[in-house]
Amino acid sequence: MNLQDIALGRLDWNALPILKAIENPTASELIGGGAAGVVIVGGLAVVILITWCGWWRPLWKDWLTSVDHKRIGIMYIVLSMIMLTRGVIEGALMRTQQAFGLDGGFLAPDHFAELFSTHGTIMIFFVAMPFVSGFINYIMPLQIGARDMSFPVMNQISLGLTAAGAALIMISLVIGQFSTGGWTAYPPYTGKVFNPGVGPDYWIWSVGIAGIGSTLSGINFAVTIYKERAPGMTLFRMPLFTWTVLCAAIILIFAMPPLTVATLMLAADRYLDFHFFTNDLGGNMMNYANLFWLFGHPEVYLLVLPAYGIFSEVIATFSGKRLYGYASLVYASLAISILSFTVWLHHFFTMGQGANVNIAFGIATMFIAVPTGVKVYDWMATMFRGRIRFSVPMLYATGFLILFVIGGLTGVILANPTIDYQVHNSVFLVAHFHNVLIPGVLFGLLAGYHYWFPKAFGFRLHEGWGFVAATLWIVGFAVTFFPLYVLGIMGLPRRSFSYQEAAFDPFTLVAMCGAGLILSALATLVIQLWVSVRGRDSLRVPVGDPWNGRTLEWATSSPPPEYNFAVLPQVTTRDEFAMSKANGTAFPTPDRFADITMPRNTALGMIMCIGGTLFGFALVWHIWWLALVALVTMLGSWVAGTFRTDRHRTIPAAQVAATHVAWLEQVATATPTTRDSEASSRNTGRAALDLPEISA
Amino acid sequence: MAFLSRFIVLTILAIGVVIHPDLAAADASFWTPAGPVAADQKAHFIRVTLLTMVAVVPVLVLVPLMLWRYRYRNTKAKFTPDWEYSGPLDLLMWGVPVVIVAVLSVQLWQSVKRLDPYRPVDTSTPILHVQVVGLDWKWLFVYPDLGIASIGELAFPTNRQVGLSLTSDTVMQSFVVSALAGQIYVMPGMTTNLHLEADAPGRFQGQNTQFNGEGFTQQKFDAIGMSEQAFEHWVASVRDTGVPLDPASYEVVSARSTQAEARGVLGTDAMPDDALYFSSVPDDFFNSIVARYHAGVAVSAAHQPGAPAPLEAGTR
Repeated sequence: MNLQDIALGRLDWNALPILKAIENPTASELIGGGAAGVVIVGGLAVVILITWCGWWRPLWKDWLTSVDHKRIGIMYIVLSMIMLTRGVIEGALMRTQQAFGLDGGFLAPDHFAELFSTHGTIMIFFVAMPFVSGFINYIMPLQIGARDMSFPVMNQISLGLTAAGAALIMISLVIGQFSTGGWTAYPPYTGKVFNPGVGPDYWIWSVGIAGIGSTLSGINFAVTIYKERAPGMTLFRMPLFTWTVLCAAIILIFAMPPLTVATLMLAADRYLDFHFFTNDLGGNMMNYANLFWLFGHPEVYLLVLPAYGIFSEVIATFSGKRLYGYASLVYASLAISILSFTVWLHHFFTMGQGANVNIAFGIATMFIAVPTGVKVYDWMATMFRGRIRFSVPMLYATGFLILFVIGGLTGVILANPTIDYQVHNSVFLVAHFHNVLIPGVLFGLLAGYHYWFPKAFGFRLHEGWGFVAATLWIVGFAVTFFPLYVLGIMGLPRRSFSYQEAAFDPFTLVAMCGAGLILSALATLVIQLWVSVRGRDSLRVPVGDPWNGRTLEWATSSPPPEYNFAVLPQVTTRDEFAMSKANGTAFPTPDRFADITMPRNTALGMIMCIGGTLFGFALVWHIWWLALVALVTMLGSWVAGTFRTDRHRTIPAAQVAATHVAWLEQVATATPTTRDSEASSRNTGRAALDLPEISA
Repeated sequence: MAFLSRFIVLTILAIGVVIHPDLAAADASFWTPAGPVAADQKAHFIRVTLLTMVAVVPVLVLVPLMLWRYRYRNTKAKFTPDWEYSGPLDLLMWGVPVVIVAVLSVQLWQSVKRLDPYRPVDTSTPILHVQVVGLDWKWLFVYPDLGIASIGELAFPTNRQVGLSLTSDTVMQSFVVSALAGQIYVMPGMTTNLHLEADAPGRFQGQNTQFNGEGFTQQKFDAIGMSEQAFEHWVASVRDTGVPLDPASYEVVSARSTQAEARGVLGTDAMPDDALYFSSVPDDFFNSIVARYHAGVAVSAAHQPGAPAPLEAGTR
């Protein structure tokens, strides 16, 4: 073993796809090299911009080392937006390849395989998960009247580890290549024998490291809900979003360990010559499938449940009504989170097991449709006899209700093993899970983005561009994925970079156009943000309640102070803030203020982030010394952190009082806005309670 | 412009295919079934869809109606901001889905029992046994009772039960002939079973649906239903024109290559363009492939035919 091998492991110049693109400039290599170039140039541009504007200090002080749950929430969402951009572009690229796939297309088979592997991994682990975590982080403590998470530093570490996983995927674009084994990474294809390269290792470490972060998040969310609720906030007074967060947290705690175990076992096979999932010596790849889906199926529900929570808040608020069937919705959420652990085998009905096993799992799967259906009906009953403002979040909710039931229908179809035998592994399945994940999860998150954005930044998002974006998402989804249902029935396997049947051509072409619409939907979101930031002065809502909200997060300023509430609220009922507004007891002037103790900033999350990235990178490339250094640094700084005693700082009562009184002044002087003009510049976040034209 | 006109024509075609499914690739889908299992699967698909519509249609109809009726500016509509519960309505919301799912569950139960891939559908005829070996990226069909094998063609008489035993000599794959029956996983060191039957003569596309590398989309074959007489003729031509399946020829077909590449090495002019015929098969060939992974010793990459050659692996 020479010095270079010790220093750099198996890393060498051949690992740079840009060089390959120069050597062999085919369309496929150019796209790969171009993508790597975009990552490098984009990264450099950000560094230069931050340096130019002198933002390093504030970035470090106010964001990267902050343990404020609100800042961590925003950072999660920024991370997921960056990854969403890459994921959507990859999706559109795949649809384009398939549209020209009859002649073989323009991408090399391996490149296409890398695309579907990164697309799936990114969308699940680095878009959906951090997006959901971001909302939970930002909103849940506000909704329960807490000052922060139970474990603020652990919260920062969770973010750091998630970002490390995302960083590894981005690095794989520039150095080496990602796995070609799909987001599920089934062995033995991803084993050492069949895939000795670095691809599966990138998958293992990015998912494995981020997965540990997610497990910690789950613990943090659950403990926070159990321990940090404001006085009087009983479980059955919690807003529905918080309930769904609790369900999601429980799923996180129980579902992430099987994934971590599966990735580590696969790593043991690849690195240490174990035989858990190999062809020989008693290895069994179906054990991997079991472990993976023992995580994978609950995962879907842990993503969709918080989205259900967001829709519950949005539909009740914009219908001007209490949520119908609160208890039903709670029980339905709990039922879903339990049932979600009883259905994993439906991902491999075709394994060859006995009929009775398939029957049991098939029926369990269909029964999840019951609580899910109940939820849809509850939301409709919430709209019934309401006064519905058709705002941007409501447009997303409408698209969700209409499209999601179609996804539910195909879910029930797929739950039948006899039908699954036919459409399993086909693009019918691809259409189905996009049909639940895009209208279900993503529309929910985008509705939440529009709904809570003014809470986080103090100004609303532009409504007009919001409508354009939502319409493009809805139409784009339908045009892209409905043709895939037909293609799946016609027999196109998923992950096909080409096909021989001319009859597929029209459908793949339509789907490509749909992907174009989705790309423009994404671009429209960027434009909306740009327009809103530029015009923020006419969109400001400092009072903090732009939508006549019902729950506690609207009872504080926008953006809220670091400590959320100057005085912790006393909760007496469900929809506490709506009630206090109706009773005229909203915005009370406290008798006295107390000092508030908040956790101090720490760099531990950043150490974990950089250390985790280096650790993963070193293991991928077999640079053992670097892996050891990174691991020791991470563990060492974690242990050293426990010796720190000055972990809190106190905000004096006088300062809290000054801030709060100034805000109350704003509240008192603000002109209350009727719902009719909530999209106009008159809306400063003080809601008028009158509904002048009520007849009933 | 050319692109636009192509797009318009294809869109019209697409709508045509949806309305009239016979336009679809007739031999590759269970939507145009050619055997009892696929026909039953299609019927079950339609049945489940219609039943579930009972729960779906109200949403599709009522959501737009509700949005319109209770829009903010409609002052004539009733407004009940504090209404949040109704016992009878809740009973309906929980009850209807439970009843639908209960009915669907009974049907699911019956159909899974009826269409169990391990169970012969048709017991009136003697079963034709075929052993299937999944390779990268081709399917090898061994007829143990006839002592022949083929690649690219799975021939069998119509109206006769075909019993398949499947294994893989590389990574996991998934075998399907959609027009005849559902799919089943094909795993190294393990055997799975599948039964299928064709009602009428025809060529039906079979394929692997589990991604397994760059040749994945070319791992197709023709399942050919034919008359007894034609089948005998086919068997005879395999015997006459085939090459023996021996360690040397198996090394060629099991290596990472497409069917066309393997045919380029072993094929003769007498064989069809897209098939390889083997005139003889060693005894217990299929079982020996399964058993190779159970010998109690590690099988090195060099002895796993689907493994890439060291150079191909791309590492130093």
